[in-house]
Amino acid sequence: MSTVSQAAEARVPAVSGGFGSAVRDCLVVARRNLVRMVRIPEVLIFGMIQPVMFVVLFTYVFGGSIQVGGSLSTSAYREFLMAGIFAQTVTFATAGAGAGIAEDMHKGLIDRFRSLPMARGAVLTGRTLADLVQTALTLVVLAGVALLVGWRVHTNAGKVLLGFLLLLLLGYAFSWIGALIGLTVRTPEAATSGGLIWLFPLTFISNAFVDANKMPTFLRHIAEWNPFSTTVQACRELFGNLPPGYRTPDAWPMQHPVLASVLWSLVILVLFRTLAVRKYRKGSA
Amino acid sequence: MPGAIHAEGLVKTFGDVRALDGVDLDVPEGTVLGLLGPNGAGKTTAVRCLTTLLRPDSGHATVAGIDVVKHPNQVRRSIGLSGQFAAVDEYLTGRENLQMVGELYQMKAKAAKARAAELLERFHLADAGDRTAKTYSGGMRRRLDLAAALVVSPPVMFMDEPTTGLDPRNRQELWDVIQELVAGGTTLLLTTQYLEEADHLAHDICVVDHGRVIARGTADELKARTGGERVEVVVHDRAHLASGAEILAAFGKGGQVTTEQHTRRLTVPVTGGAKLLAEVIRELDARGIEIDDIGLRRPTLDDVFLSLTGHRAEEEKKDEAGPEAEDSPKDTKETSK
Repeated sequence: MSTVSQAAEARVPAVSGGFGSAVRDCLVVARRNLVRMVRIPEVLIFGMIQPVMFVVLFTYVFGGSIQVGGSLSTSAYREFLMAGIFAQTVTFATAGAGAGIAEDMHKGLIDRFRSLPMARGAVLTGRTLADLVQTALTLVVLAGVALLVGWRVHTNAGKVLLGFLLLLLLGYAFSWIGALIGLTVRTPEAATSGGLIWLFPLTFISNAFVDANKMPTFLRHIAEWNPFSTTVQACRELFGNLPPGYRTPDAWPMQHPVLASVLWSLVILVLFRTLAVRKYRKGSA
Repeated sequence: MPGAIHAEGLVKTFGDVRALDGVDLDVPEGTVLGLLGPNGAGKTTAVRCLTTLLRPDSGHATVAGIDVVKHPNQVRRSIGLSGQFAAVDEYLTGRENLQMVGELYQMKAKAAKARAAELLERFHLADAGDRTAKTYSGGMRRRLDLAAALVVSPPVMFMDEPTTGLDPRNRQELWDVIQELVAGGTTLLLTTQYLEEADHLAHDICVVDHGRVIARGTADELKARTGGERVEVVVHDRAHLASGAEILAAFGKGGQVTTEQHTRRLTVPVTGGAKLLAEVIRELDARGIEIDDIGLRRPTLDDVFLSLTGHRAEEEKKDEAGPEAEDSPKDTKETSK
């Protein structure tokens, strides 16, 4: 082994900190998580199979019996459904972020990161950015499958793109909920289930799979204000997927779904990012 | 002048457990302090407080002259931490792990790459550098973890149970690395459950139990406290135990001879060293007592621990299955909620 003094030349650079190095820290961590994604492709693959299954099941199993709006055609439901499944898929990124961070805690990697002079939010931001890339890949595959089973858009490219951006923003905001869960629970397994259970009521008491107009009044109000519903409604509008004869509810978020979706996502993002970074700084142990 | 690591009255509680109950430490620059104690004694909590991972409830600590509570990020620039659990990313290669740590220390990508290559070489990991850490043996992982802590050659190092779970060969190898590091001027605080390890590596030792420092000094000073050397004799024939004890009593300081029937072992505290040992042998021989083994035994740190706490360091580990509670990261979390 060579002598230690030789190593003494590698010192911590005197200047650091500031926005530039914080961004770099985030990217270094994001790259690490993306490398992991490539080396453990099964996570990505299973993450894609699930929504594809939803598309197929809902289209062919429920599709024949569910009517939306005034239309009796099954293709109307098919088109109505896709925005709901897209939105559900992006929110499932929550479980991935949570499990990943819980695993890093468990293995002691978070301790390693916390002992380094890096930007405080970088570990979590890097992770959520990597999850965003994964979500985007999943959406591309999912949109392809949706096209195969007959989903079509009836607007222009700009609107469609905006719809997908809203979906990604929602997914990114939700991954911060996952980050907080990951820092709070003790095992990756708990983070996975803890990241999923509340998503079921959230995604089902919404307009994602059915016309919320037909729900009992109490549930209908929840569904109309559900952040999840606003993004779904926005996407339906932007994709031109609202069925003929569909009556848009009077609730404010349903009337202004694009704006409401952006606002909801930003509120969730800021709130949970603040909570998660605070928890990270404070130390989980 | 306070040392490179200095702590006064550190207290940290988790719920009802006082993991640290007023710990004072001082490690002069360029020396090694061994924090010795059983699982759950508070060693890891102390390291976590000093490395800014945990905020002490009260007390004051500086590392490299910097206050750990007031300026944690500056402290982080001056320290390296190598943990109980090898904190490397299994799905990255050894090289990628080191490079990532370098970049997070704000090194330029190129410099981080060069440094990673240098460290892989130095820790005998060059051949395995491009394999994922998942494929590494326990010893290799530990070396990689240590290398990650040394990326910027920090002046102060913390090692939390660096050799726990390693086989003797890997342990010796890691000891060599640590000694080389200290020879280069690094200040080191090391926690261990192995008395032999503290004896081997540390200049000063603090014995910790239940969150308090119950004794401190050099290994020799601590050993001297337990009463110096003893002569140990194993007689060949059990029938000779009584007469052997009689002879030893004459040589012993206080005359107190311990007899262990089943091992046929006689022990007596003595002063006089090797010269006395020769006399004991002559006397036993003259009386026709055949012996299987004889030796001058200096107290081990295990004896020290026993005499200080009333229990052996290793035993407590088995007795209290829970006490990891306070030392392992995942469980500390539970108590802090």
